[in-house]
Amino acid sequence: MAELEPVIGLEVHAQLLTKSKMFCGCRAEYLGLPPNSNTCPTCLGLPGALPVINRAAVEMTIRTALALACRIPEFSKFDRKNYFYPDLPKGYQISQFDLPLSLAGQLEFEVDGQRRACGITRVHLEEDAGTLHHAGEIHTSNFSLVDLNRAGVPLMEVVGEPDLRSPREAPQYLRALRQLLIYLGVNDGNMEQGSLRCDANVSLRPRGQREMGVKVEVKNMNSFRSLEAALTYEVGRQTDLIQRGMTIVQETRGWSELEQATVSQRGKEEAQDYRYFPEPDLPPLKVGRELVEQLKAGLPEPPMRLRDRLLDQYEISAEQVLVLTERPQDAAYFEAVVAAGAPPRAAANWQAGPLQALCKAARVEVERCSISAGELADLVRMVEAGEVSGSTARELLAEAFESGASPAALVTERGLAQVSDAAQMDAWVDDALRQLPKAAADFQAGAERALGPLVGAIRKASGNRANPDLAARLLRERLARPGE
Amino acid sequence: MTLLGLSISELGRRLRSREVSARELALEALDRIARLDPAVGAFLRTTEELAMAQAEAADRWLAADPQGAPPLCGIPVAHKDVLCTSGVETTAGSRILEGFVPPYDATVVARMAAAGAVVVGKLNCDEFAMGSSNENSAYQATVNPWDHTRVPGGSSGGSAAAVAARLACATLGSDTGGSIRLPASFCGVVGVKPSYGRVSRYGLIAFASSLDQVGPLTKTVEDSQLVLSAIAGADPHDSTATTEPVGDLAAALHQGVQGLRLGVPREYLAAGVGAGVREVLDQACQRLEREGAELVEVSLPSTEYALAAYYVIAPAEVSSNLARMDGVRFGRGEPAATSLVEAYESARHRGFGPEVRRRIALGTYVLSSGYYDAYYLRAQKVRTLVAQDFARVFQQVDALVSPTAPTAAFLLGERVADPLAMYATDALTLPANLAGLAGISVPAGFAEGLPVGVQVLGPYLGEAVCLRVAAAVEALSDLWHQAPPGTDG
Repeated sequence: MAELEPVIGLEVHAQLLTKSKMFCGCRAEYLGLPPNSNTCPTCLGLPGALPVINRAAVEMTIRTALALACRIPEFSKFDRKNYFYPDLPKGYQISQFDLPLSLAGQLEFEVDGQRRACGITRVHLEEDAGTLHHAGEIHTSNFSLVDLNRAGVPLMEVVGEPDLRSPREAPQYLRALRQLLIYLGVNDGNMEQGSLRCDANVSLRPRGQREMGVKVEVKNMNSFRSLEAALTYEVGRQTDLIQRGMTIVQETRGWSELEQATVSQRGKEEAQDYRYFPEPDLPPLKVGRELVEQLKAGLPEPPMRLRDRLLDQYEISAEQVLVLTERPQDAAYFEAVVAAGAPPRAAANWQAGPLQALCKAARVEVERCSISAGELADLVRMVEAGEVSGSTARELLAEAFESGASPAALVTERGLAQVSDAAQMDAWVDDALRQLPKAAADFQAGAERALGPLVGAIRKASGNRANPDLAARLLRERLARPGE
Repeated sequence: MTLLGLSISELGRRLRSREVSARELALEALDRIARLDPAVGAFLRTTEELAMAQAEAADRWLAADPQGAPPLCGIPVAHKDVLCTSGVETTAGSRILEGFVPPYDATVVARMAAAGAVVVGKLNCDEFAMGSSNENSAYQATVNPWDHTRVPGGSSGGSAAAVAARLACATLGSDTGGSIRLPASFCGVVGVKPSYGRVSRYGLIAFASSLDQVGPLTKTVEDSQLVLSAIAGADPHDSTATTEPVGDLAAALHQGVQGLRLGVPREYLAAGVGAGVREVLDQACQRLEREGAELVEVSLPSTEYALAAYYVIAPAEVSSNLARMDGVRFGRGEPAATSLVEAYESARHRGFGPEVRRRIALGTYVLSSGYYDAYYLRAQKVRTLVAQDFARVFQQVDALVSPTAPTAAFLLGERVADPLAMYATDALTLPANLAGLAGISVPAGFAEGLPVGVQVLGPYLGEAVCLRVAAAVEALSDLWHQAPPGTDG
């Protein structure tokens, strides 16, 4: 039998970071509110209420589509997707069927250092459903409580072509897409809370064959790890079935974190007929060329290109670039630190190291923290010039991060500037040698590690202000001269 | 004669001169409803407290600024029960919405209130406005005030009967395939179906969203114009409401028909139009001609397919619009239901009447995968052809004149067992809904003692020309003072 090749396509749903819901004035932010408090006649689906299109959501979708190199047709429309479920108050979801906002783009991503591209079928706009709450598991609970706070939140769907060829590629594709959405400021990328969701279509075919095998839809993966695990499992399951001469059934399967397996949810026979038809409550959407050009002009530098440029422009490592391009704000901060006079490599180390650790602990973004790019640049410059020790600088950074002071000002204020003055240093060296004659003797006898306590004594005497490199150098000079 | 038999402009004069107060008018309306409506059945509920509060506010407004108060200030009105009224139960004539008290006002309801109108109650209708006789109401069958053995027409039968019986000066109805014009014709009142988008649908419980329009039913054409001017115009809550300005509709009322070219569509006089109805139309046309209008025969060849297309498109939208009535918020399913599907089925079976269920089934079918192209898509193509027919004809004529319905009011129970005969009642009105045009039914005569209306159709946003022609028909027939027997005391 020919080797089997997995064929995978992802459908990604992203809640948009608009102020209001897709078709009404309720807030799009719904977490943590009392049940059904963030609702109005329209998102409750009350009889007589009508939808009105959220312009910001349309613009965010078009921006995303443009960043994915999609085509933006001049006419678009909304359709009703009809099905019954208690979290869907109208009995239909307003979505887009045959005339979506955008078509035919692509997404670049990296797998093991290799660049790959995956086709994008379309990016369209729809509304989220409410949420259901049960006592324990849905199957054993004797009630369902409906919360419609989420109902009507703008949901953008990015449908990928079945261009992925291994379970390893899927999370990388998703990471790239997630990062792009974060760059565009259209989604918060939170998979755990479900503001970013991913379904996958998986089939197998003999390598070299053009036509597709029978497709299985896999749902319920809420992390990169579970996406890869679910796809690995599913590819294994299908491979096994085919090798045993059995046929794959077209169905929807859910990933069970508990069982680490995909479980059949719905067969083809139970597949819904959504009875799509044009939404009569909304006129067709006309997207003007001017708007498209305006949105295109406002797009941020895409992450892949930004990484290439940083790597090219500054002498920093690929790993550093990766950390500094997590979010566009990270890169902007870095470039501001460099522009303020800090050497790139040191700036990258300080931002990605101590500063990011402080930000993470305080749950604040770097661009919002109390250390400005200029302040970090000043501190980095002082360390690089040997004016302040690295450890002192780290302590001051932490203190300034808390208090809002300037770390460089603290150095001056506290007289913490590193001392390299020759006469002062000589005096401290003399003291140290007097205090620790045995260490001095051991060093002279060849014990290299005896230098440590001597440098320590100098640091202690100086109140940590003595430049340790200089102290070590002076000690070596002194102890190499016999007779003293 | 009751004060409610006067025109709105005459009542307005008396309200401003303090000959009568809004409070007195409201009390008279409520008193008449209490005395006369048990036999007519137009009202599902009265709103005494609301009416008194609104009447007192209207009286204060009239006292403070008699000339600035709007024409509808202090006028007793009532709304079809498909219009959401904040704090007042709204059922759309359906069991499944029993107990539904909307937390919001329909835009038209809010605009009427802002214009100072006094709401005395909510009016009966066919369930979710589906029907031509009012017999599909889950609550009661309204009768025709002119003959209590006959239907008032539907689905805005309560709205037409209430005006005819002088229980309110103006009512709002909704028209999806003729639901304002047909009962207006049957009950001898004026009914306006505005162009699609002329009036906001926000808060109108949807029947078929692409066809529904809210409009007034009144005794006179001028009264209808006053109500239409109060409710028409753009609405940020309804994206299908046009932002085109409404313009001065009052000016059209007194322009006469001199110089107008009026078309009579040949297809609207075909078999099925009764002799009495034909005679009323012919007389109206002769009078219009004497007044200087030019009458020409025109053809709308797609008419014969309009009914079939309508009964695909409207049910398709029904099947979706009514999906929200699923037993979760609206309706109660079998408590012992063992599955979600069973709960849905029992809630909907208990909550919906047979005609609504029939249309949901029909609509679900025509949208189903494999049938969509053959039915829904084809019906949309016919819809385009119907609209093109009208567009072509309106290049030749200013307005169309036709019967509103093939017959006068039929007997209660006569068509209940035959849905197709019931559907045919709307054959002459529904093409205007498919094309989104303006239309009016205006009383023009009687056939065997029953009122017969003439339909005037205008182009899209052609409300003014419709009012102009209808005002002429009204002036020439001079019928509007006549109240049904037993209602003028």
